[in-house]
Amino acid sequence: MTAPSARGPSLETVGMSKAFGALKALKDVSISVPAGSFHALLGENGAGKSTLVKCIMGFYTPDRGQLLIDGAEVTVRNPRDAQALGVGMVYQHFTLVPALTAAENLVVSRAGAPAFIDWRKERKALEAFLDRMPFRVPLDRPVSGLAAGEKQKLEILKLLYLDQRFLILDEPTSVLTPGEADEILGLLRQMAHRGEITVAMISHKFREVEAFCDDFTVLRRGARVGGGKVGAVSSREMAAMMIGDAVVPPSAARIKAPKDGVTLEVAGLFAENDEGRSAVNGFDIRVKAGEIVGVAGVSGNGQSELVEALCGQRPIRLGQVLIRDQDFEPTRDHFDRFKVFGLPEEPLKNASVANMSVAENMAFRRFDKAPMARLGFWLSREPIRAKARELIERYNIRTPSPDTPIRDLSGGNVQRAVLARELSGDVDVLIVANPCFGLDFASVADIRGQIMEQRNRGAAVLLVSEDLDEILELSDRIAVMSGGKVAYLTDAASADRTTIGRYMAGR
Amino acid sequence: MNDAVLTVLIAMLGGAIRVSTPFMFVALGECLTEKSGRVNLGLEGTLVLGAMVAYAASYHTGSPWLGVLAAGVAGAALGAMHGAICGLPKVNDVAVGIAMMLFGVGIAFFFGKPYIQPTAPRLDSISLGFWSDSPSLKSALEVNPLFFVGVVIAVALAWALRNTRWGLVVRTVGDSAPAARAMGLSVNLVRFLTTSVGGFLAGAGGAFLSLSYPGSWNQGLSSGQGLMAVALVIFARWSPVRCVYAALLFGAAGALGPSLQSIGITQGYYFFNAAPYILTLVIMIATSSATHSARDMPGELTMAK
Repeated sequence: MTAPSARGPSLETVGMSKAFGALKALKDVSISVPAGSFHALLGENGAGKSTLVKCIMGFYTPDRGQLLIDGAEVTVRNPRDAQALGVGMVYQHFTLVPALTAAENLVVSRAGAPAFIDWRKERKALEAFLDRMPFRVPLDRPVSGLAAGEKQKLEILKLLYLDQRFLILDEPTSVLTPGEADEILGLLRQMAHRGEITVAMISHKFREVEAFCDDFTVLRRGARVGGGKVGAVSSREMAAMMIGDAVVPPSAARIKAPKDGVTLEVAGLFAENDEGRSAVNGFDIRVKAGEIVGVAGVSGNGQSELVEALCGQRPIRLGQVLIRDQDFEPTRDHFDRFKVFGLPEEPLKNASVANMSVAENMAFRRFDKAPMARLGFWLSREPIRAKARELIERYNIRTPSPDTPIRDLSGGNVQRAVLARELSGDVDVLIVANPCFGLDFASVADIRGQIMEQRNRGAAVLLVSEDLDEILELSDRIAVMSGGKVAYLTDAASADRTTIGRYMAGR
Repeated sequence: MNDAVLTVLIAMLGGAIRVSTPFMFVALGECLTEKSGRVNLGLEGTLVLGAMVAYAASYHTGSPWLGVLAAGVAGAALGAMHGAICGLPKVNDVAVGIAMMLFGVGIAFFFGKPYIQPTAPRLDSISLGFWSDSPSLKSALEVNPLFFVGVVIAVALAWALRNTRWGLVVRTVGDSAPAARAMGLSVNLVRFLTTSVGGFLAGAGGAFLSLSYPGSWNQGLSSGQGLMAVALVIFARWSPVRCVYAALLFGAAGALGPSLQSIGITQGYYFFNAAPYILTLVIMIATSSATHSARDMPGELTMAK
């Protein structure tokens, strides 16, 4: 095993293949990342990007193919081997230990940490290390108290601290403001161009790829379908490579919607997070009929708590929700009366019972009413199944049968099933959170189309999303949520990314 | 009247020190185990088995300190068993803990039958009340050396959790198993070891019961101290040093009944004897409603999920 070099190495895969049973996750993929470059790995969900990097990192053993670092063939059997070769990865979920401080996290991650830690000496070494780095983080606070951007920086610092010079980043900017993302990616690009590191980044944000990356590779259904210098092809062409021949429905048109419908008004809403700290601090918003108001913000600024409070999953400590100028309490009775529907984030966890069947999950809104129930308690199976069959057909949900447990469906199909349940009735108010997280292009276009259609029918739609592009595409007005309240409100027509980004960062 | 209050307070102080020792040992063991992300509810069984083994070993060897050691080893064996079973896939640590509790108590009674009658050498106390003429203060300050051992262990544990690689590893495993795996640590091995060491401490705590106070082996020796110690760890918010304070508080509550009896208040004797249990209940209610205890809870505990 070679000693990790102080400079960014080059990395190549040659004919790498991996199958899981009948599924060929990776088919003969060869990529080449030259030393000191910033490489983008593009592809839809399930295209094989994570399988490829997991083969490189030693989580999987490829069935065929070689891995070359600095031109020499190497064998990586587990993540430790990869670490010893100087290859490190920043995962989408954080791998820091929340209860430990930044300093403790760094020291414990070091393979040769001393049995007894001399904190004075370690502190000095850490400070000296941070002085050489492009960004720094507070060392003495528990990681659980750091902001998402600081955690992401610490993840990257950890790899550099461990002297890992080939960095694999898995969608590193999904939790960052546009400003933070630009800062971190810009600094990494500079380090790469100085030859100190080599970076491979999984991304689906063409803007970032075009601004920061040197080369790119596109994967589709496990195979390499394109690549080259960034700038040689347009983002439209890159998207075409990613999608292939899949048909993406055109995005739904925004038409002039009836304005005389129901409005949703949230006034001075306060709610606490799980740890009892204030998360929503006086949130005010007014959503008119036939309007989508997008709530943008960096995750962890109270968005989840806001949606949970509005959907009855979290107590409202203070404040008022008015629909049709009447008091709305998030109870089953009021959801029915005011025709309020919702699609919370992670619907498998938040809006379905994983072990119950698709048909049962689709009946949640009306299983206790005729014709699904007699006398309010005696359930009839057949109407429940019949309704489910109708919705499965209409919303194009791919499931073996209505009786399949919903947990066996793919993410996009769970999302569609929950959306079908929520949209099949007459919708006055729709509350949606991160509806397209982790879905492929076709599902994304489909679900965004459904949301737009409800708006066009005259529903008041509150869309909470961490994806700024989604907000910009769908919204009529945009609110930026920061520190639990609305920091900025603008018409979508006159919105600009920089201003929104500044307010997302809490200015 | 003043004298009576003083007598009660002195008796309670002595009682707190005496009664708190097994609480402290079990709580420290449980604290270490929970810091690694696992709950061992079986420590009640470990405590009883420790008491029996200590008594038997002391009886056969004539050395009570060998008894303490033997109790620790027996406890470590039970802890290792718990740790190994919980390392298997899809095993729930709480369910295994309850089974281990019944198992520990069961084998202690099974092997302990012959030791109910004989008398074994007991641990000597240190007299810290030599400066005083008050006989009640003198007897209150007859402190068993195990108490000091427990305090030293608590401080050492708190220090080690912050300042040794092992401490950081235990906290890492307890707070985020995925992070620990990404570092190449074996989560199961760490938890196996912490559960074993935790079992050792709980077993040694049992030795105190049979070799110091009450100081004999019988089947009604422990009255749920092992279970209450789990509540105590929550109350102490997973800090070893706070475990000592909490153990003293529980000890004082446990000493309330006997202390009042010593000045002739026998009314409500059973009620005052129930003080530790009532305290446990109150603490559980208070901490379950307060969200702030969640902040210090190791993230991998089943109750945190």
